[in-house]
Amino acid sequence: MSQPSTITIDGQTVPFQEGQTIMEAALAANIYIPHLCYQRDLTPDGSCRLCTVTVNGRNTSACNTKAMAGQQVLNNTQELQDIRQTLTRMLFVEGDHICPGCTKTGNCQLQAVAYYVGMLSSHYHHFYSYRKIDASHPDYFIDFNRCILCELCVRASRDVDHKNVFGLSGRGRKTHLVINSPSGELADTDFAVGDKAAFICPVGAILRKRTRYTTPIGERLYDLQPINVVGDAQQIHAGAKRHGNQN
Amino acid sequence: MATRTKLRVATASLAGCFGCHMSLLDIDERLLDLIEKVDFDRTPLTDIKHIGPCDLGLIEGGVCNAENVHVLKEFRENCKMLVAVGACAFNGGVPALRNHYSLKECLEESYVHGIGIVNPHIPNDPEIPLLLNKVHPIHEVVKIDYFLPGCPPSSDAFWVMLTELLAGQEINLPYSALHYD
Ligand code: SF4
Ligand code: FES
Repeated sequence: MSQPSTITIDGQTVPFQEGQTIMEAALAANIYIPHLCYQRDLTPDGSCRLCTVTVNGRNTSACNTKAMAGQQVLNNTQELQDIRQTLTRMLFVEGDHICPGCTKTGNCQLQAVAYYVGMLSSHYHHFYSYRKIDASHPDYFIDFNRCILCELCVRASRDVDHKNVFGLSGRGRKTHLVINSPSGELADTDFAVGDKAAFICPVGAILRKRTRYTTPIGERLYDLQPINVVGDAQQIHAGAKRHGNQN
Repeated sequence: MATRTKLRVATASLAGCFGCHMSLLDIDERLLDLIEKVDFDRTPLTDIKHIGPCDLGLIEGGVCNAENVHVLKEFRENCKMLVAVGACAFNGGVPALRNHYSLKECLEESYVHGIGIVNPHIPNDPEIPLLLNKVHPIHEVVKIDYFLPGCPPSSDAFWVMLTELLAGQEINLPYSALHYD
């Protein structure tokens, strides 16, 4: 067990601690691996596959693969960027991601990752499916059509807030976000402004009311610098800074 | 090399708001450089009604009615390179928000049940192009060679695309020029 605990990522030697995932080791070394369903303090979900990397010749998700001494990881290659672009394209056509009509725009992680991988078009046929918006809660509304099924809110609400407000239901193409309440409405839960789940959504699916369009274009999170420099969308709950406290 | 004849460019706005065309015009005095290098065929600027053979076609807007489909196909047949510009060409954009409802519901909301309607009746003049059931991004109808996203793409993004195309280079948008809104 005296082996040096290092892996390489795109040729760079990266140390890791026993038990860390490739994603964790990369983050500690300031290496950006694209991701949507991963967040530092939550159990990895491995559902979005944006963090796909090549480990010793095989593709796998970095967020739930343990780092093991000697692994040779490829991350920033054209081939992987192309695979990731295919994924962002599929996410764009599956949901309702009409950016000019979404208040998350400019602070949206899906958008930012798509910019990062160079997505210029959605390429596939759009689904345009429609689920009714839940505006029942006094402080939040939920646009189910923008949910990318990352389960960040599910995990945050269950494991951190201990409220278990969200869940996924259905299978395959029909998988969708549901609210755990007798009426199925958010107003019927104890979901509240200070919850971790209240500012974890990487896209415009869980939105705080009365706080939108408060940051001018040019000053939003991803306006001037890419996500590998700026970081994840959860660091701000856009608008909340100005209009309410997060805690 | 002998002087090359100017490139021929056509543009059209389908189910769009003309914002992309305004953004193109926003290149300001660079327009003078541009018209040194290109001739405009059918565009809303020249008022030519039908497109002839062109090197480059720019399409703003998605496809929402039968006329849009015809114009788009005419562009594809005549343009060596066809570029989708703007959010509506990219994924239908704001007009595609109607895709959540049936066409009947949309028309009735606008012309029958809407607020302040005096003479409820769905327009049916034969001159009006028939609406499609859904609004589509243009890549669902014809092959598109390049996409310039943005709502609208900034004038700088237009300028980068046009100058790099004219120089026969690969298009390399700077980060700040690539956005979907
Ligand atoms: S609502 Fe947001 S956080 Fe929750 S699963 Fe959907 S995209 Fe993820
Ligand atoms: S971040 Fe690893 S699968 Fe989503």
